[in-house]
Amino acid sequence: MGRKITIEPITRIEGHGKVTIHLDDAGKVSQSRFHIVEFRGFEKFIQGRPYWEAPVLVQRLCGICPVSHHLASAKAVDIIVGVGPDGLTATAEKMRRLMHYGQMFQSHALHFFHLVSPDLLFGADADPAIRNIIGVALKHKDLAVQGVLMRKFGQELIEVTAGKKIHGTGAIPGGINKNLSPEERDRFLKGPDPYNADHMVAWAQGALDFFKDYHSKNKAWIDGFADFPSNYLSLVRKDGALDFYHGPLRAVDAQGRKVLPDVDYRDYLDHIGEEVRSWSYMKFPYLKKLGKAEGWYRVGPLARLNTCDFVPTPLAQKEFETFKAYTKGKPNGMSLHSHWARLIELLHAGEVIRDLLKDKDLQGPNLVKKGTKTHNGVGLVEAPRGTLFHHYQVDDNDQITMANLIVSTTNNNEPMNRAVHWVADNVLAGQKEITEGMMNRVEIAIRAYDPCLSCATHALGTMPLEVTLVDDRGKDIDCRRR
Amino acid sequence: MSKPIIATASLAGCFGCHMSLLDIDDRILKLIELVEFHKSPVDDIKTFSKMCDVGLIEGGCCNTENVENLRRFRKNCKVLISVGECAIMGGLPALRNGIPVKDCLEEAYLKSPTVEEGQQLIPNDPELPLILDKVYPCHEVVKIDYFLPGCPPSADLIWNALTSLLEGKPLDLPYPQVKFD
Repeated sequence: MGRKITIEPITRIEGHGKVTIHLDDAGKVSQSRFHIVEFRGFEKFIQGRPYWEAPVLVQRLCGICPVSHHLASAKAVDIIVGVGPDGLTATAEKMRRLMHYGQMFQSHALHFFHLVSPDLLFGADADPAIRNIIGVALKHKDLAVQGVLMRKFGQELIEVTAGKKIHGTGAIPGGINKNLSPEERDRFLKGPDPYNADHMVAWAQGALDFFKDYHSKNKAWIDGFADFPSNYLSLVRKDGALDFYHGPLRAVDAQGRKVLPDVDYRDYLDHIGEEVRSWSYMKFPYLKKLGKAEGWYRVGPLARLNTCDFVPTPLAQKEFETFKAYTKGKPNGMSLHSHWARLIELLHAGEVIRDLLKDKDLQGPNLVKKGTKTHNGVGLVEAPRGTLFHHYQVDDNDQITMANLIVSTTNNNEPMNRAVHWVADNVLAGQKEITEGMMNRVEIAIRAYDPCLSCATHALGTMPLEVTLVDDRGKDIDCRRR
Repeated sequence: MSKPIIATASLAGCFGCHMSLLDIDDRILKLIELVEFHKSPVDDIKTFSKMCDVGLIEGGCCNTENVENLRRFRKNCKVLISVGECAIMGGLPALRNGIPVKDCLEEAYLKSPTVEEGQQLIPNDPELPLILDKVYPCHEVVKIDYFLPGCPPSADLIWNALTSLLEGKPLDLPYPQVKFD
């Protein structure tokens, strides 16, 4: 008799999700699925709204990375007002970059310290009651304090650039609505220890060292868990450097060959397609060139370090070289190495913030530019979780007539399903009893992709983790739900 | 005396209110000394195993699962608080309330320019909860005791409200904390 395992809700990820795994009589996996169960309908209800509302409206898809949506949307709207994507004033672009790298810093710190560190510090089989940031705070107070203050540092950078920590208003069509005063700058540059950019860079390095040490003692687990080949997609800077804000779109395959060689992201419709499946509100994107079956790809920290040629800050570049050497320069497909890549990016973001703060352009007076209106705009940024596409069309009345969004987590839909399937095959299959620790491993696989299901549900919907055992005729036999 | 127990949920929200709760920054260390956290997306406790003193609800109800979850919270929490605009009045997701659900689904899955032409599938698996005809604020589904406005409510507002409640003092929320945007 078969069994169905359901894990619901999936916790310590941002948002709502559900996993179902079907095991047949012999205990073999007959089906595994990671469902997005909420649908919100942004594409429709944004129609008719004036385009300048888009950057503040659409960011409300997600309270975890609102800055990404705010900026992707603003970049699309820059094109509509005839300024973008390369026409912003230096002050506007650098203020937006500071906002974006501040968000990258806070989001990566949140993910590592608040959400992932409990699995590393206490182990996958630890008591769920302590397996959380509160458990970390009680047992490893220093680490928890660092996590909290690093997140605060990023959030306050967002506050001074966007006006608010969550759902700000800084980016406006063709520019930004404020610059950075010297007083604001000095709070972050010269604040008393530990609250300054130098200290944040040191803490980021410390977090990275912590992970590398953990990795050296747990190689089999970190390297072997949900390791599979794929394509990788991200934005890169024109010269191939890691960049989160602007540049062409690049994809490489599992061997590192460029399958999408630095194309203009405004032509994304030529390169990216999406498949709809009946069991999830989240679509399945693919590279058109390779087709639906072969064209799925990963995005996010791991993908970015696989696509870029180098990291344009010294400390992170050094770490990048070690990271690349580990796989002999080939793309890295190990799911848990996402955490390693994320921490290298955290360090990079810290370095970029420190350099940017010293840039006099941030105090410049020219905030906004004007141009000739167009009717179609595509914006793209690298959100903490990966590549984020916003596309709008507007009519002569400045009202939005079409919106298409492909969010980072949607780009990672197929990879997360593959990772869940890997755990089902390698951890759950053939087991008489499914333990809580085994269930947590399913979530660990998903958590590696840091999914933001708030974003993913823009389309109507919520995420539970549910492992249900079903027989071959689809009848539920046993259901484990958390 | 044992510590007051807090549970939190995100229904049809964006997690911004939960993030704003985390924005109390280092006060979070104080908070975990004051209270015990029960079912919440920030920990791994997935079902209620005891009565909670305070439930914080983010988001309104857009599908049947949200409704079930909210009712579960009402049953297991002595005091229930709607946190943020979505819980209080549906918020941004309620912009769909004037539009038939069918039109929203068709726009997302049939008319999207990235979806292959001719593909005619709208997700409909039994694993997916039913979408409601519109997004409902929480107090239209269960009784709500307090409302904290904002998109999201500021960290200071959440902190002040929570600590007042825990200490049994009246809520004194100054205007700059209550207004937003």
